[in-house]
Amino acid sequence: MVAYLVAILIFAMIYGFVALGLNIQWGLTGLINLGQVAFFAIGAYAFALATHAGMPLLAALVLATLVSGAFGGAVALFTPRLREDYLAIVTLGFSEFIRLIFLNEKWLAGGPDGIAAIPRPPTIPGLDTETSFLVVSAALVGLAFWFSQRLARFPIGRTLRAIREDETVVASVGKPTLAYKSQAFILGAALAGIGGAFFASYLTYISPDMFGPNVSIYVLAAVLLGTQGSSLGTLAGTAVVAALLEGTRLLKDYITIVDGVQLAALRLMALGLALMVIVVIRYRTTRSP
Amino acid sequence: MNAILEIAGLNRRFGGLQAIDRCEFSVRKGSITGLIGPNGAGKSTLFNIVSGFLKPDSGEVRFEGRRIDGMAPHAVARLGLRRTFQIPRELKRMSVLENLMLVPEGQFGDRILSVVLPDARVREEERANAAAAREVLQMVGLETKADAPAALLSGGQKKLLELARCLMSRPRLMLLDEPTAGVNPTLIRDLMDVMRQVHASGITLLIIEHNMNVVMELCERIVVLDRGHVIAAGTPSEIQENRQVLDAYLGGADA
Repeated sequence: MVAYLVAILIFAMIYGFVALGLNIQWGLTGLINLGQVAFFAIGAYAFALATHAGMPLLAALVLATLVSGAFGGAVALFTPRLREDYLAIVTLGFSEFIRLIFLNEKWLAGGPDGIAAIPRPPTIPGLDTETSFLVVSAALVGLAFWFSQRLARFPIGRTLRAIREDETVVASVGKPTLAYKSQAFILGAALAGIGGAFFASYLTYISPDMFGPNVSIYVLAAVLLGTQGSSLGTLAGTAVVAALLEGTRLLKDYITIVDGVQLAALRLMALGLALMVIVVIRYRTTRSP
Repeated sequence: MNAILEIAGLNRRFGGLQAIDRCEFSVRKGSITGLIGPNGAGKSTLFNIVSGFLKPDSGEVRFEGRRIDGMAPHAVARLGLRRTFQIPRELKRMSVLENLMLVPEGQFGDRILSVVLPDARVREEERANAAAAREVLQMVGLETKADAPAALLSGGQKKLLELARCLMSRPRLMLLDEPTAGVNPTLIRDLMDVMRQVHASGITLLIIEHNMNVVMELCERIVVLDRGHVIAAGTPSEIQENRQVLDAYLGGADA
């Protein structure tokens, strides 16, 4: 039971990176990204391939971050002006495109078989491997959280919020909005890449079917559950989503009237319901004057 | 004449409508120039072209002798040419002070790198910018609203915020798009005082304005636009006696 709780927390940490990234893009800057899973997948594969090529873990993590960020930059570059409607479609399409490449290009990443034997970081003395992994990932999430918080509070965060509010105004005061939006998008993609590296390392095995569009939607739900733009809210939202998705697996031992397949569907319904309830409550309490 | 802004042979078409038609005039450095004309004459379109938000089909716009037509809006703004919007575009969920603190150029804290560096420099910079912003708020009479969300300002106060945001950058030329529209008469007097102060501090003003009392009292020179074309330009008294201008306003046939 404790081991299971630790596993849920580790998933919350992994998705925490991805959600914090989306929060910079969407929450802070207003860029709608429906394909965050693409950068998560790129980070995971980059990490797996790099470690298999003999890179030290830390170097592989840095590489995964940079490669995801670079792909984020490419998407930003090829999406005309990063306008919200285009961006939603382009990112969604891009994430499927990336998944299909990993699925079909066997020479690159093993195709449908995926990549196995991805190394984990060394265990901290005195802890079991799972708890040790949790401590390492929590420390890094903490760092990402610290960065996000400062970003939002610094003048750069003010400029990004201003872009979310009204891009025209930001241009009229002499700021190149496209450059700011690209930077925010790259940061968000890089954070998702870190999450991907941790994901690959934790499971020690990845395959293309783990990177479907539902991951993007879970992360979107996490950011939505926390107040849009708040890093703390985003992490809390991630914890709720992880608990709902992973925690409800436990229910099958207690609820016997539905079978496993039905329960799987019920878990998603529970997530949807929680999302609706929380959004309705939030809308009531923070309706703008 | 020492012109700060020169517009020559400017054209811009929207579908079947020639919004700007061989438009030609200049604004003298250090002046308050009024831009008037009936609704749909192309005044706001002209502002959008000059500030870089629209590209002209042909023609030239020069600011301090340098061609700016076709430049990106932020690049035009950086040269020292700033504008306000006819319908105020306050950043609603940000405080009035934040609306202004967005403006200063070259802020160190406006770079991602600053986030991972010690924050003493950013704090110092923020203090200075906040002080400058409060000074500008004082000037337009919004100092008591500094910490309020911009969404809570009244219509007239939002107009003042537009003006304040423009002033915050100490531009050399300000384009004001109907600064007194929808503002109550007492506040209009205050606004005119502010505009005079701004002008006295050395900033050239080009103002679109429908309130003739304001135009006649404030402007030393008036340019009249009708169907995208300049039909008259001169001192307030010359314009008041101009037959063509009266026709344009009263909807008469082409004079």
